[in-house]
Amino acid sequence: MSFSESFFAAKFGISSRDLEAHLAEALGRGGDYADLYFEYLATSSISIDESIVKSATQGVSLGVGVRVIAGERTGYAYSDDLSREKIRHAAQVAALIASGPSKVDQTPLEEGRKRNLYPVLTAPNETAFKERVELAQRADHAARAYDPRIFQVQVTYADSLRHVMVATSDGVLNFDRQPLARMSVAALARTGNGVPQQGHSGGGGRYELEFFQRERTPEYFAGEAARQAIVQLDAVEAPAGEQIVVLGPGWPGVLLHEAVGHGLEADFNRKGVSAFSGRIGQQVASPLCTVVDDGTIGGRRGSLNVDDEGNETQRNVLIENGILRGYLQDKLSSRITKTTATGNGRRESYEHIPMPRMTNTFMLAGESDPADIIRSVPRGLYCANFGGGQVDITSGNFVFSASESYLIEDGKLTRPVRNATLIGNGPEAMKYVSMVCHDLKLDEGVGVCTKEGQGVPVGVGIPTVRIDRMTVGGTA
Amino acid sequence: MTFAELPQVAQDVIQQAVAAGASDAECTIAEGDEFSANVRMGELETLKEAGSRGAGLRVLIGRRMGASYTSDLTAEGIRQMVRSAIDLAALTTEDPHAGLPDTEELGSLRGDLQLFSGETAELPTERRIDMAKRAEAAALAVDPRITNSEGAGFDSSVNGRVFANSRGFLGSYRTSYCSVSAVPVATENGSMERDYWYSTARNYKGLEDAETIGRKAAARALRRLGAVKVETQRVPVIFEPRIARSLLGHIFDAVDGRAIYRGASFLAGKLGEKIADEKITIIDDGTIPGLFGSSPFDDEGVPTRRTPVIERGVLKSYLLNAYTARKLKLRTTGNASRGITGNAGIGHGNFFLEAGQRSQEEMIRGLKNGFFVTELIGSGVNTVTGDYSRGAVGIWIRDGELAFPVSEVTIASTLQEMLNGIAEIGNDLEFQSSISAPTIMLGEMTVAGR
Repeated sequence: MSFSESFFAAKFGISSRDLEAHLAEALGRGGDYADLYFEYLATSSISIDESIVKSATQGVSLGVGVRVIAGERTGYAYSDDLSREKIRHAAQVAALIASGPSKVDQTPLEEGRKRNLYPVLTAPNETAFKERVELAQRADHAARAYDPRIFQVQVTYADSLRHVMVATSDGVLNFDRQPLARMSVAALARTGNGVPQQGHSGGGGRYELEFFQRERTPEYFAGEAARQAIVQLDAVEAPAGEQIVVLGPGWPGVLLHEAVGHGLEADFNRKGVSAFSGRIGQQVASPLCTVVDDGTIGGRRGSLNVDDEGNETQRNVLIENGILRGYLQDKLSSRITKTTATGNGRRESYEHIPMPRMTNTFMLAGESDPADIIRSVPRGLYCANFGGGQVDITSGNFVFSASESYLIEDGKLTRPVRNATLIGNGPEAMKYVSMVCHDLKLDEGVGVCTKEGQGVPVGVGIPTVRIDRMTVGGTA
Repeated sequence: MTFAELPQVAQDVIQQAVAAGASDAECTIAEGDEFSANVRMGELETLKEAGSRGAGLRVLIGRRMGASYTSDLTAEGIRQMVRSAIDLAALTTEDPHAGLPDTEELGSLRGDLQLFSGETAELPTERRIDMAKRAEAAALAVDPRITNSEGAGFDSSVNGRVFANSRGFLGSYRTSYCSVSAVPVATENGSMERDYWYSTARNYKGLEDAETIGRKAAARALRRLGAVKVETQRVPVIFEPRIARSLLGHIFDAVDGRAIYRGASFLAGKLGEKIADEKITIIDDGTIPGLFGSSPFDDEGVPTRRTPVIERGVLKSYLLNAYTARKLKLRTTGNASRGITGNAGIGHGNFFLEAGQRSQEEMIRGLKNGFFVTELIGSGVNTVTGDYSRGAVGIWIRDGELAFPVSEVTIASTLQEMLNGIAEIGNDLEFQSSISAPTIMLGEMTVAGR
């Protein structure tokens, strides 16, 4: 696809001369760098509650963000109108961050290399809504059929197609089409008039509807949600205090996201406010741990052909055999620290300034066997699923909430336990990883990471691991 | 197009929807202008200024709904939005409870709610930046151990909202907001702690003085230095106001009409029952002039009101929109909330715990051994079962004094026990956001540490 055939050129008549003129306007008062981020987002979602299709929504939003960097300063403005006059006005507002005559020579725009990690065959708005309704109804039926104790089921199927175009004063011109789809199922179970328990499941990625017909069916997600709700009916109080903790494979990789990922984002480290600041080359995890952030895995929720600053995403090693190797960079931080961008500059929308963010963050597989890990624990907690997590990057303290976990007693999984929060300290917790299994699994594709109010889709993954010491926040 | 022209646009949308076959329709148009300036280590770091708007439509064809939205308010954009909502309504299922509020429920509060001041928008950019700089400088000057800063900021916004429906409701209002915040970092013996303080107001003249904000933030970061992990134990716990507010947030989730009709709340079916200590009265009031949770009507065109939710420990009311009220055979409480499209959810007005008599100092003095919580992290609260477990930071209380900082621990209990176990309520209620609470003391919680 050439520029003239690209979405914004074809639909809004934007020419490469327009882009260069807007960039020149943005740099009109000085400044070292400017970029434009065009976004057109079409979304649709349907939801089922009480077996009724209660909601179907569709819509579009579009706009352009203009950024000017002058030294360490950033000026930003946006417009939800793509007319030349409105973009020019936004460029003038963003330019106010700089003062003085223009001093940068703009590099002529050159289209970036093309690759496609998520081919889009059908625009979501062209796929019949009926098929989506059918998918959601299948999930509703399957969850209810799982067990008579399931008494409420909610299903949401949401998808979107985002067209983006990035043009920068250092000559980058890139465009991308980014599909994203997710199915979510929530089930409530109850025995007689007992206390209800809930189970959640969901997944998806940069896929189209077909993914849910062939790869991960509604029945799969529905079964998971219902199973978790039923398991919780017999849950006992979680233990309180330091325990041996075993994390199951997949979504429990949210540990890595909170314990190390955020702390390695370059903006915090450049400012010296992260618990990991200045620790490159140091041991921050056990030698069994190698953690990567990889934005290039086909179809994954956290993957992108190009990041939201026009740089290609890549596979970045964060921790190698326990040694801290690198930070996640965006353009601003890499300019200031004179390092190379790592393809981690992301933003929620055209209304937002990009920041260093994770893509898909996971730990590489080790050699242990999952059954051996469980057998090795005299008394501890096995966590199969988590809700969300949070971290204070300055102190390094992080938490994550176990939504499905089991007591380990004498090397065997015994009773399920109620929701509990686990807490640890980033640079310390992973030193206690004593076994890493061969069963690396990536999550199903549900993650949303929030930083400074901006939400972006991300992925996580982890093999089964044993952590010798972590505080479990139960009541027993 | 100015804000004054938007009500006409909303009415046109309704007319087009009805002409296209909608038996009922609701249109929301929202616009917002935002400004933010961030400074760090005395230098301006980011400056952002922009505005945007969007329109949303929800239609009913009989008892089937369809919804759409657009940021394109041209005639063509609106035609597409209307077509899209009508088309979708053909694919949803009949919902016997779907519909707009009854006509006699519709309306808007009279009088000036003082939600908007144009003065902040008039404030020159330089003065805004200066407020942020002064807050940060004051923080950095407090103590040599304040070595770094995540920055300080001045944020402001002006928002407008228009709502129209096919039963003749048309209303609009504007709100303004501004805040100054500071996030200093304290360092000692190689460990770092940060904390923050901020002030919010409708008009910049109502903000706390910038230097005070910086000094409070610095004092908070400093007192966290040298934090330790304590032994696992059960002790009385004090929540300072901004932490007590998070507990109110969970209570709000549990009285949300949607959770109630689904049976997905530990408070479902408990109307009229005693569910909390009798010291507790929790009110939702969207009618108080100037406050952040106030508005003349909710997002379905029903006037806001004062609703006692818990009165002296007894659950008095859920918070409802038209749909959840119909499901529960009750009347709407004027708590409909939504973005610009789709079915209305549930929101709150000013949702607060009524103040008690005791000062925070008295509560601390009264404890031999306890935990004063200043920050909570994580999302380990389940309002279906009431299970509560969160990461906590704070100060240990020994013999009536704030003795030493504590971190990397959790506090756990259930919301049921916490509500029944509130031992003291403070006299320090302030309305800095739409959920507010004074200091509270809870009888006992499990603190998990070493």
